[in-house]
Amino acid sequence: MVDILNSLTLLTNYIIIPGLTYGSQLALGALGITMVYAVLRFSNFAHGELMSFGAMSTILITWLFQSYGLTFGFLPTALLAIPFAATITILYCLATNSLVYEYYREKKIDPTTYLIISVGVLFFTAGLIRFIIGPDDRKFNDGNRFILKAREFKELTGLNEGLAIKTTQGITIGITICLVILLFWFLNRTRTGKSMRAYSDNEDLALLSGINPKKVVIITWVITGILATVAGALYGLDKSYKPFIYMYLVLPVFASAILGGVGNPIGAIVGGYVIAFSELIFTFAYKKVAGYLLPESLAPTGLIQFLSTDYKIAVSFVILVIVLLVKPTGIFSGKTI
Amino acid sequence: MIGGYGNANILNDCTISVDQGEIAVVVGPNGAGKSTAMKAIFGMLNLKQGQIVINNEDVTKLEPQERVLKGMGFVPQSNNVFTTMTVEENLEMGGYIRRDELADTIAQIYDLFPVLKEKYHQEAGELSGGQRQQVAVGRALMTNPQVLLLDEPTAGVSPIVMDELFDKIIEIAETGVAILMVEQNARQALNIADKGFVMVQGENKYIDSGKALLENEEVRKAFLGG
Repeated sequence: MVDILNSLTLLTNYIIIPGLTYGSQLALGALGITMVYAVLRFSNFAHGELMSFGAMSTILITWLFQSYGLTFGFLPTALLAIPFAATITILYCLATNSLVYEYYREKKIDPTTYLIISVGVLFFTAGLIRFIIGPDDRKFNDGNRFILKAREFKELTGLNEGLAIKTTQGITIGITICLVILLFWFLNRTRTGKSMRAYSDNEDLALLSGINPKKVVIITWVITGILATVAGALYGLDKSYKPFIYMYLVLPVFASAILGGVGNPIGAIVGGYVIAFSELIFTFAYKKVAGYLLPESLAPTGLIQFLSTDYKIAVSFVILVIVLLVKPTGIFSGKTI
Repeated sequence: MIGGYGNANILNDCTISVDQGEIAVVVGPNGAGKSTAMKAIFGMLNLKQGQIVINNEDVTKLEPQERVLKGMGFVPQSNNVFTTMTVEENLEMGGYIRRDELADTIAQIYDLFPVLKEKYHQEAGELSGGQRQQVAVGRALMTNPQVLLLDEPTAGVSPIVMDELFDKIIEIAETGVAILMVEQNARQALNIADKGFVMVQGENKYIDSGKALLENEEVRKAFLGG
């Protein structure tokens, strides 16, 4: 019995908690991509850099707050900074929209060209970020590091294995749940949210109904800005902020959006968690777990690891390829919000 | 009205009119410009000459959305519902430009189409063709229009559903709404029409009451198959 509890603790500590955290970050990122796709009908490759931009803004404002001696008790100061950082990111999104995207939207350009344009925005944003904050690694997490420490857990339960929950992990999961509930409430209950869904569903009929496309586009960027900032800041809090990492992060984020069905918000969330858990499940070394569960004579000598953690990102690509071959529209057959 | 796409005129001097509470039907062979005439009336096609008048007000220069505010409602032939939204949400979106409370109008539409009340929480895309047309008409009625333009409302529905839809259209007309529709099913449509327009190559070939057109020997031979 104790062995089973020990192995469960191990799995919770190394797969479930990190999976939920990483999955939440991917889900928030994928939601941003899905919103842009549903309304503007293009794959926004600059979304990773938007997340980076949001994280950078959060760091700058966190530093500002800290220089005034303002902190958030046992929680990271960054949480206080996120609303302000989101505002800055929204302004940046709206600026790219009116300077770049709007021009092409009015010309009704095809989605492929739009995608290339977003790659241009990606490089511009990446450059801007390096220019403002530099390429270095930044840690901006303060407050208590743990909600639950491994040692405390061991003392509490008397098990061999510890279970640790980092504050950033708790915050990430909590904020994601709140934000997702808020987003769905907005899309399904408010007049503006419904008009967004209508526009995404049938543009011509939405126009006939008197829905203003410009307003819909602006609200889409506002939502995208918020989602990108929160996702970027939470990822940065959890793992430290490295500007270049977001260029790679955008890949599993895209895989999540496509897996769930790009354009479908529920799909983006499910996709995020599926990708996160697959990455962890395939790269976790099960040696210790097997050690608890199997009799000593059968104890494994190897690590029992499907893939080295270096291949983490490959897992999301394999999933992506399988989805594109088997069901290109994704689990929830996305297209509209 | 004279108009068309590019240099070629599809509409050559055609006149269509309908009074309150009346049903006017535009019939004619394929490519006669029936749907084009509808688009021109709703402002999705710019006229080269002629004008569109509603309630003695010239709306020729207005955008489609502005015409909705002036009292026009339009049901396109295809893609006329929000398929991923519920029936009720479709109606709400129909009344999007209205700033007042929509509940009364929604209740009226449910009275007119009881089946929609049953299915109010279903996505429009899951409904049958006939029910979908009802959603589409209901959506257009949400602005309380004075003129309702219907572009082939019975395209692709079964004959029974077609009769049902025509009955509903008569009911709508009885509330004082002017109805102008383009129809493929000419015979049945002219049956319920107060006024019929037979269009050929962008021109009104015959204008008469629905009954008279049905009895007209030439019209029957040429357009109604004898």
